[in-house]
Amino acid sequence: MVIIKIKGAEILIKALEDEGVETIFGFPGGAVIDIYDELIKSEKIRHILVRHEQGAVHAADGYARAISKPGVCLVTSGPGATNTVTGIASAYCDSIPMVILTGQVNTSLIGNDAFQEVDIVGITRPCTKHNYLVKDIKDLAKTIKEAFYIATTGRPGPVLVDIPKDVVQAFAEYKPLKNVKMRSYNPTYEPNMKQLDRVVEMIKNSKRPLIFAGGGIILSNASKELIRLARKIQAPVTTTLMGLGAFPASDPLWLGMLGMHGTYRANMSTAECDLLIAVGVRFDDRVTGKTSTFASKAKIVHIDIDPTSISKNIVVHTPIVGDCRITLERLNKLLGEEDFKGIKASRKPWLDQIEMWKSTKPLAYEQSDTIKPQFVVEKIFEITKGDAIITTEVGQNQMWAAQFYNFDKPNCFITSGGLGVMGFGLPAAIGAQVACPDKLVIDIAGDGSIQMNIQEMATAMQFHLPVKIAILNNGYLGMVRQWQELFYKKCYSCTEMSHTPDFVKLAEAYGAVGLRATKPEEVVPVLKKAFASDKPVIMDFVVEREEGVYPMVPSGADITEMLLV
Amino acid sequence: MNNGTENKKHILSLLVENELGVLSRISGLFSGRGFNIESLCVAETNEENISRVTLVTTGDMFILEQIKKQLNKLISVVKVLEFTGTPFVQRELVLIKIKAKQESKAEILRLVDIFRSRIIDVSPECYTIEVTGSEDKIIALLDLLRPFGIKEIARTGAIALAREKK
Ligand SMILES: Cc1ncc(C[n+]2csc(CCOP(=O)(O)OP(=O)(O)O)c2C)c(N)n1
Ligand SMILES: [Mg+2]
Repeated sequence: MVIIKIKGAEILIKALEDEGVETIFGFPGGAVIDIYDELIKSEKIRHILVRHEQGAVHAADGYARAISKPGVCLVTSGPGATNTVTGIASAYCDSIPMVILTGQVNTSLIGNDAFQEVDIVGITRPCTKHNYLVKDIKDLAKTIKEAFYIATTGRPGPVLVDIPKDVVQAFAEYKPLKNVKMRSYNPTYEPNMKQLDRVVEMIKNSKRPLIFAGGGIILSNASKELIRLARKIQAPVTTTLMGLGAFPASDPLWLGMLGMHGTYRANMSTAECDLLIAVGVRFDDRVTGKTSTFASKAKIVHIDIDPTSISKNIVVHTPIVGDCRITLERLNKLLGEEDFKGIKASRKPWLDQIEMWKSTKPLAYEQSDTIKPQFVVEKIFEITKGDAIITTEVGQNQMWAAQFYNFDKPNCFITSGGLGVMGFGLPAAIGAQVACPDKLVIDIAGDGSIQMNIQEMATAMQFHLPVKIAILNNGYLGMVRQWQELFYKKCYSCTEMSHTPDFVKLAEAYGAVGLRATKPEEVVPVLKKAFASDKPVIMDFVVEREEGVYPMVPSGADITEMLLV
Repeated sequence: MNNGTENKKHILSLLVENELGVLSRISGLFSGRGFNIESLCVAETNEENISRVTLVTTGDMFILEQIKKQLNKLISVVKVLEFTGTPFVQRELVLIKIKAKQESKAEILRLVDIFRSRIIDVSPECYTIEVTGSEDKIIALLDLLRPFGIKEIARTGAIALAREKK
């Protein structure tokens, strides 16, 4: 038999094709020039040339979330690699499956402070699920296989593969690998059934149950099972920021998001429930507020695939390690054998109480002659009828998007949740638009954040990705200003954006469409015009400058201690 | 009273893939999450590509739980064992350089003998003692030697294995 040896770069591309990769977000450089020389020949992989490597990673993140496939990035060594770190850290916090390929200097030069050498494996160790340096071409195909396996299984996350230039220049045989076997990595998917029996008992004995769902539902595709559970046991549902869309906002059992900017009823229900079924969440401090009083009247069930999430911040009564979808499926099956006939009547006092909280303290804002940012988000929702993919920047814009756009389906709300990265929304929208060419993709943005990755407008133009950017332009780093207003005696230290570009002209300079609204009655026409366009559009909504996000729980306070409008 | 909130010493024994960077993954986890490492000892095992890391840490039961889970989560860690509550043997090797004045030599030799340790290097003013044993034994010997004037000390950190069932 003749052994056919091919170049490492070709092995890499073949291995990526065999993983089903269709899109790579990247930016070339000396250390990856051989890979790009092969990539251009691939008929299966499309390369999206970003304008900054951070954009590549956020785009891969948005892509991954929009279609539940791993996102892939390719960047050069040194500065190319370091520019990816923020995006990787964000994906790590939000458990987004992603593979980042970085070029590296020749193996013989590693450790010599060579030109554009950086120890990216060392730098990203704490913010990747795992990472590799491929030192031998013989390990290349296997490493790629493992990287995708690790990124997409268990609790998903980013995996970085650092590939020296001489490795992709070397020659070897490519043998496609079928399976991955790793003695040191074996996620638990199946829940402990005895624990689930206990949950059934707890549900039967509960008078005031509450389901608290998170990003784990979306990642494990468990939304249907969640809806089934909630309706069956007539338990109201709240979610984290990352969980928005996991449960339909149009359902009567929906309470809205909980936590620092959660709804009044969601936070009150959490404090008053006697059973909290937490699924696919990690009890982040933005959700729990003061941990010692969080859900203090409740027995807590916690279902999560990552054992480290359990009893890390909040000690729980019934921990269950398992995949959210499989676990809820098993739980629903167990519950199916129970009789829930009188359930609606017996839940009435609890649901009535919640309805009362809702009607006394609904999410609200006051209309005025200037445009209210919440109004813009409401109109975006109404015009799109909820059928758009929404990405966000970070700050007030992000919270208003979460509060005033009613998400009915998973994979439609894409935000940098755990890390809160300003500059996330535009590249993420680009990634989502690549994944879903026929969908309307809207970045709800702030005037500060949008400037952090504005260069990606050129990417949107080059690849005909008609993303829409709605800037809620308050002339401030609004969220920080709000904290200064409330907790720092209105000393607005360094939060005024006194110099911003003319966003309309900026859009036009990129060849995109720029629109502006300064009065409430202009909002709907601007939105309609933007959504009808087949080009990228920047909408500059000049909004009330000192509007705040409410309710708000001061950092570290009990979640019922809400500042209201 | 022990409701798990008491800070205690724990010995963890990890079997890890013998690959690039595994030690920095472990130490990075400890420093990044504010866990404490008292000693750490790494070497190959009889199994190919597997090393054993023996690590001594302190913390209450909640912290220990998190440490074990976080270690298990590292892809390069194959197995995490913890010895609290199970019979195990533990040893540490210590080299002690001690001032040996004419008048104290006899007493030092007597202590070396009692502790079944050895003198492995001698110079006119100095002995180097080699001792192995459990933590208690080592602390006891060090306490007794200290008055003579310890010049230098090198410790391996603890290693441990679970006892076989009899
Ligand atoms: C990269 C980065 N730097 C700083 C922050 C801190 N930060 C959080 S929100 C915010 C203000 C964002 O301003 P803008 O984009 O205008 O949004 P607004 O709050 O006004 O809606 C800042 C500075 C951050 N989250 N990310
Ligand atoms: Mg702003």
